[in-house]
Amino acid sequence: MARIDLVDLAHSYGGNDAPQETFALKPVTMTWRQGGAYALLGPSGCGKTTLLNVISGIITPSRGKILFDEQDITLLSTQKRNIAQVFQFPVIYDTMTVGQNLAFPLKNRGVPKAEIDKRVAEIGRLLDLEPYLNRKATRLTADAKQKISLGRGLVRSDVAAVLFDEPLTVIDPELKWQLRSKLKALHRELDLTMIYVTHDQTEALTFADTVVVMHDGRVVQSGTPAELFDKPAHTFVGYFIGSPGMNILPAEVKGREARIGGHVIALNRAYDNLPAGAKIEIGVRPEFVEAVAPTPGLLTARIERIDDLGRIRFARARLGDAKLAARAPAGFTSPDGNAGLKFDPAHIHVYADSLLVEGAA
Amino acid sequence: MDKTINQKAWFLVLPVFLVVAFSAVLPLMTVVNYSMQDTFGNNQFFWNGVGWFKELLDPSTDLGGRFLASLGRNLFFSLVILAIEVPLGIVVALSMPRQGWTVAACLVILALPLLIPWNVVGTIWQIFGRPDIGLLGYVLNAVGIDYNYVSNDVDAWVTVIVMDVWHWTSLVALLCYAGLKSIPEAYYQAAQIDGASRWAVFKAIQLPKMNRVLLIAVLLRFMDSFMIYTEPFVVTGGGPGNSTTFVSIELVKIALGQFDLGKAAALSLVYNLIILIVCWIFYTVMTNAGSDRKPQEGAA
Repeated sequence: MARIDLVDLAHSYGGNDAPQETFALKPVTMTWRQGGAYALLGPSGCGKTTLLNVISGIITPSRGKILFDEQDITLLSTQKRNIAQVFQFPVIYDTMTVGQNLAFPLKNRGVPKAEIDKRVAEIGRLLDLEPYLNRKATRLTADAKQKISLGRGLVRSDVAAVLFDEPLTVIDPELKWQLRSKLKALHRELDLTMIYVTHDQTEALTFADTVVVMHDGRVVQSGTPAELFDKPAHTFVGYFIGSPGMNILPAEVKGREARIGGHVIALNRAYDNLPAGAKIEIGVRPEFVEAVAPTPGLLTARIERIDDLGRIRFARARLGDAKLAARAPAGFTSPDGNAGLKFDPAHIHVYADSLLVEGAA
Repeated sequence: MDKTINQKAWFLVLPVFLVVAFSAVLPLMTVVNYSMQDTFGNNQFFWNGVGWFKELLDPSTDLGGRFLASLGRNLFFSLVILAIEVPLGIVVALSMPRQGWTVAACLVILALPLLIPWNVVGTIWQIFGRPDIGLLGYVLNAVGIDYNYVSNDVDAWVTVIVMDVWHWTSLVALLCYAGLKSIPEAYYQAAQIDGASRWAVFKAIQLPKMNRVLLIAVLLRFMDSFMIYTEPFVVTGGGPGNSTTFVSIELVKIALGQFDLGKAAALSLVYNLIILIVCWIFYTVMTNAGSDRKPQEGAA
């Protein structure tokens, strides 16, 4: 049970003298509260696994500190930190039964036999592994093996946080759903801090109550799924979360107006102090752009195709060089391949050099 | 569906038949032919039926006594070198670096003994162990150990065994190293998190992951040591007395020394049969060892 604080934490595989642009993990200061369910979300190579391994102690960070409940554990070895980790590919000890696998961490720590048996039975029940406790672990399926990996972490009563490194990669799609629900249920039951690394936004958004989005070694935003959706702090978040991703369009913004190719789009807030020389863009989710028949006064885009997702249709359109997606209401057709775009001003965000700018009311 | 019938296809396999006939079947049949006969030179042969085979398996005869004694020495030799080379090979593999330029250096050094021809290995140790000019023999005698592989049975055995360990431990080590390299890093990280000691890591992860390559290593080393000829022949010539005369050395003595083609043929057939049987046992064990690992049903 612990709160985890990262203080100016950074890691560079090339040493601290390397230019900061090459750091696998750029300096970050943040707090993971006790009992939270976190997802670390980002594309491959964004530094999320590095961050996870730094927390678990497999990697010693080249800079900064990690605190568990105010205690500096930066240099503490993995064994001495009270964390458990589940890896991408199931790690099980081939020669042991499921029960022996679960008992292994306790045996290594010299826990009395009676206590071990009690814990193993308890965790076996919790993970629905009871019928298999006396079976060889090698013969089980991938999802059962992942549960064993998790069980080896949970079996320790002192465990403070459970880290998952893309644990569902090798699981069948149908079982993924079940295993994820199981994780959520465990989280509610056990009051553990869980950190879940993934590049799959559905996994992240369904599992976590706080999603931490990483991009290029940097934590770009951390918030609830709703916050990430409604107010992305970085154009990357807007683009990465949501399907299709947020429309990012270069624009000139002044006061309460954005101009795209001489066309004026009204904004809900005033943006008067945009940094000079910055790249200005507006971002709006496809859900808040409506494709309608071309009308004078509306921005006109060229429709390339319409994706029918069943409950909703998205028009894929082109505006000069930029591509965008817009909601196509029922009955929308475009005989000449053009459409007018209606923006919902409440949901347009302005970005300067990819970072969200707060407007004045 | 109708099959096309074309007898000309037989001509395509004819070359294989010819090659196999001349390289394997005909020589083998010649040996079988010899094993049923006795000869006194001059290319004169006399029919002897299964007489040689009966003698071979009867320890009271000269032939049987020599064969069974050398077979016993051979088995003892194989067991001893396996008992030394397998654990030693594992230890060497475990202590090898896992990355960096030292890996390449270690691999090259390990491969060196394997690349030396058998008779050269024999010659190296023959000279190395000589009490008068050999470094090893000279030093041992200088420090007061009475070592002479020409006159002392135990010294001869020790020399032959140490030579084989020197020559072939690398093979076991390289195979084990390959097995170790195939273990994903996550296993070690998980073991670290589980608080496993060095010994627990070896027992729970490394040994189980190596058991396949170890089986191959044991098979190879057993077969090779069971057929050993050149190295002990060069070093001890089978002596002192008959103390290091292995089956192959006995065979050559009978076939080329005494020119007893019939006895030698019978002996080589039995020798061959033993090796085939052992091979078959190992092969069966190995193929079965893999079959119990398929996943069955799992917990959902």
